[in-house]
Amino acid sequence: MIEFITSLVPADIAAHAPALLIGVPLILAPLAAMMPNGRLAWLISIFATGFSLVMAIVMLAQVRSVEGGAVISYAMGGWLPDAGIEFRIDALNSMILLLVTTIGFLATIFGWPSIKAEIREAKRAMFMSAYLVCFLGLCGVAATGDAFNLFVFLEISSISTYVLVALGATRDRRALPASANYLMMGTIGASFFVVGVGFLYAATGTLNMAELAERLQDAQNNKAVLAGYAFILVGLGLKAAMFPLHQWLPNAYAYSPSFVTMFLAATATKVALYALVRFLFTVFGLEFSFEGSTLVWILMPMGIAAMVACSFQAVFQTDVRRTLAYSSVAQVGYMLLGISIGTAAGVSAGLFHLVNHAVIKGALFMALAGVVLTYKGTTLNDFRGLGRSAPWTMTAFAIAAVSLIGVPLTAGFQSKVALGTALFENGWWWGVAVVMFSSLLAVIYMGRILEAVFFRAPINPNKKRKEAPLLILIPLWILALANIWIGVQGGFVAGLADDAAASLFIGGAR
Amino acid sequence: MTSLLSQINPGLLLIVVGFIGCLVPVQRVRQAMMVATPVIGVIMLALADRGTSLAVANVMGIDLILYKVDSLNFIFGLAFLIASFLNAIYALHTDDRLQDGMALAYAGAAVAATFAGDLMTLFIFWEITAVSSVFLILRAGTKAAYQASMRYLGIQVLSGVLLLDGLAYVYKANGTLTLDTLGSFTSFDDPGAKFIFAAFAIKAAFPFLHNWLQDAYPKATVVGAVVLSAFTTKLAVYAFARMFPGFEILIWIGAFMTVFPVFFAVIENDLRKVLSYSLNNQLGFMICAIGIGTPLAINGAAAHAFAHIIYKGLLFMSVGAVLYRVGTAKASELGGLYKSMPWTTLFCIIGAVSISAFPLFSGFVAKSMTMSAVATEGYVIVWAMLLFASAGVLEHSGIKIPYFTFFGHDSGKRVKEAPFNMLLAMGIASFICIAIALPAFVPGFGYNWLYDMLPCTATAPADVCLASGKEIKVYEPYTFDHILTQMQLLMLAVLAFMLLKRFGLYPPERPGTILDTDWLYRKPGYGLAKWCGTVWGKVGPTMTGVAGGISGKAFDRLEGVFSPQGRLARGGLTSSMAMWSAVLLGVVMLVVLIAR
Repeated sequence: MIEFITSLVPADIAAHAPALLIGVPLILAPLAAMMPNGRLAWLISIFATGFSLVMAIVMLAQVRSVEGGAVISYAMGGWLPDAGIEFRIDALNSMILLLVTTIGFLATIFGWPSIKAEIREAKRAMFMSAYLVCFLGLCGVAATGDAFNLFVFLEISSISTYVLVALGATRDRRALPASANYLMMGTIGASFFVVGVGFLYAATGTLNMAELAERLQDAQNNKAVLAGYAFILVGLGLKAAMFPLHQWLPNAYAYSPSFVTMFLAATATKVALYALVRFLFTVFGLEFSFEGSTLVWILMPMGIAAMVACSFQAVFQTDVRRTLAYSSVAQVGYMLLGISIGTAAGVSAGLFHLVNHAVIKGALFMALAGVVLTYKGTTLNDFRGLGRSAPWTMTAFAIAAVSLIGVPLTAGFQSKVALGTALFENGWWWGVAVVMFSSLLAVIYMGRILEAVFFRAPINPNKKRKEAPLLILIPLWILALANIWIGVQGGFVAGLADDAAASLFIGGAR
Repeated sequence: MTSLLSQINPGLLLIVVGFIGCLVPVQRVRQAMMVATPVIGVIMLALADRGTSLAVANVMGIDLILYKVDSLNFIFGLAFLIASFLNAIYALHTDDRLQDGMALAYAGAAVAATFAGDLMTLFIFWEITAVSSVFLILRAGTKAAYQASMRYLGIQVLSGVLLLDGLAYVYKANGTLTLDTLGSFTSFDDPGAKFIFAAFAIKAAFPFLHNWLQDAYPKATVVGAVVLSAFTTKLAVYAFARMFPGFEILIWIGAFMTVFPVFFAVIENDLRKVLSYSLNNQLGFMICAIGIGTPLAINGAAAHAFAHIIYKGLLFMSVGAVLYRVGTAKASELGGLYKSMPWTTLFCIIGAVSISAFPLFSGFVAKSMTMSAVATEGYVIVWAMLLFASAGVLEHSGIKIPYFTFFGHDSGKRVKEAPFNMLLAMGIASFICIAIALPAFVPGFGYNWLYDMLPCTATAPADVCLASGKEIKVYEPYTFDHILTQMQLLMLAVLAFMLLKRFGLYPPERPGTILDTDWLYRKPGYGLAKWCGTVWGKVGPTMTGVAGGISGKAFDRLEGVFSPQGRLARGGLTSSMAMWSAVLLGVVMLVVLIAR
């Protein structure tokens, strides 16, 4: 599959894959905005995201062509690093890029019926354009090797996200305060991050991450570096919805257009988490004496707090979207817990769960978008009896739900086992207990939804059998089956995560 | 094409087609699938190589051997496929998607489990048999059937869980799950042996674990009972033969199992329940033979299972046909039906004489091997028990079923003959019952055909046959003393029945409930629970109040913190988050500074 796609791409294009990955959506975004109607803009978006997906696959193949993972260094515009901006693709971010572009591509295909229902015609072209900008921003964060450039892409994606969230106002006016909240908090996070980068620049005189990593070795006790570290950790933590900095997330997810929720849930926090991993393990590193203690004293407790507290919050929600949103924060907790172990196995488990969670939540929110489209409401009561009226949508939902819980033969099970193994190897057996407990809460909150869907009679008995349109069902089922595929044949994704973690620990990116 | 066919477990095909069948609305198309698939399955099985792993899948780091045929599982798998074919024909008159599909999937799971080359695969299909078969009970649509099906499901899943436990022990100890001579147990001290034994024991309906069978089967649909009678228990028998051959305790369990159902079966009124008890009794013979574990005994168990699947299915079919036409299967409400249902009567009698092991019928060529094996090994008491049970079989299955249904006192009911498809299925089953029992007048025909398929033939013995170290001999059923012993037994039993009947001593067919051992946990257990409930309700309202108050308060507190209006979600979002960002920044800086 990968070889086949790679073989179709001309060598000239393949050589410039990192630039084209960002460049094509960047050029097509304004073009989409100028389209006379939304459908054309949508088709352009499909092309743009699909093209990026192919580029991501090409880069993955290039990285994996070498044992242990090659590092692609691409100098933008021919300006060599340190002076120019470098894109640096290794095993870690090639995996993240593949994830973001795959989800982006599937989301774009699936999005049209949902966008048509929730966004006014006059705004659809602009909406697609904003979406493309958000998409390329996320890809940029994942691809770049320059700390300041990362900030720029982070802001590109965030600002377009605020717009996308606000457009949910057609459906629910509460989208506006949610977006405003998100804007302020996101800006705080971004400012913290850029302040941190500023400190590092002051201490080292470079913005290139690889270069930073080398020069920081000699500046371990520089107070500016310490301050920079703290700012970056908190700033990126906020973007990644690290507990207790997650409070922007539930409202933003609950009130934005269904399509946007699906895309963000599967990509935005994941990319921020990637950036966090990149800074923790590539730019800084475990040699920094303070880093180990921040892992143990900050990331681990925050991860566990999220796993427990936000799972409890998910249990008590009456709106399914909010349940899933809180569950997302809880799942970020799993990833943070994995990363905080600080071993290759732990980071690999965290990354594995990151990918799986994107696949799970993508499927869940896609099914949810289908429900919003056909039955409007998203409260638990609206879900009653949907198993009869929309069996295909709800079966896919149920597959993703059991995967979220972590039932054997699903993706969620694989990554939880990986996480549990990593915890045990490190002697954190109590962490396993917390994972179990949090999974139990997941049984409760997903069980409530599934019970309403499959075992309750609908409140309004006149509800006709109405399935979501095929355009939603096909991507939905691709993701649902991906859950099972990863659950049964977990090797491919687990291998990517292992390689990614390994590249961090042998200093592959340096 | 043939190479592909020979490498797919036919059970998998059945399962897939079964699940597809649930979705096919057109009755004829679906039923054509249901009938054709087992035939294709038999062809696939005929093409398969023996003794090698034909399909291997790697799931989560464990090699699953999905398809491995040897001479032990071949005969079981073939019997399952034939039964599945007959069941499909028997079901042609009904239009029930779920029942058709699930019956095939259930059969497929049993076939696939039989050909499993490792414990994990066995476990997976073991569970599929449990889940798919529940629908056959549920489709009866009565409340009793619903409750019975849930009890059934609970027990079956328990069996699966035990198997999984045992499997984990085996994997830990051996690092492999393959089922071959190395994989089978030598004593109960082997890791996991007890769990796996218990799992198999439940499915094989060992005494005191048997109640699910009499509980569920009689409440299933007409077709459902026929389907159920074939697979689950025989799968367990196969599993015992594979993993516990020669365990002496099985001899005694088996002997006891043949004897105790006789008493229940003789007095029971519901004929499908009589057949369920007689199913237990028949399983006892097989289990006993596996306990003996000599090549002759293993052959006996396998031949008995093969013959039993056919004639027990035939008996369930004939009683089912009566139930379908008359609307009841209670002995007290039936009688004199031979005039209205002559063909059904004939087939029922063929089934009855087969299960009673009359010479020239399949039970004889199968059961006499077990009897001989027991006798050769010198278990006199066991031999006597089996002999008593054989007489009992004749009493309750051989005479009682046809007599009270088709003869006896005339119930006055005049109904139509069973539908043609039922007659066809019964006819084919009857043909097999006779065909595999005739002496070999024509070479390759008659009992030799059955005997050539047995696991312990001199040419290709299965692993288990060599384990006991006994010589493999050619067995000859139609010897003078075999026939004489059997005829004496049968004639005396018939005579006893006639005398008892003549003097009015035979328990009359009377409606009523027979208490079985499950009474122990269903009645007193229920009563105890109820009593506790009453006491709790009388003595403990205050305690309940306190306990409820505490748990209620805990819930309230949790809700107060975590609900949408709860404390965690309260407050100006922006200000609270800005505050938290600052706090966290401070904490991180502190940690960094201290750690430095």
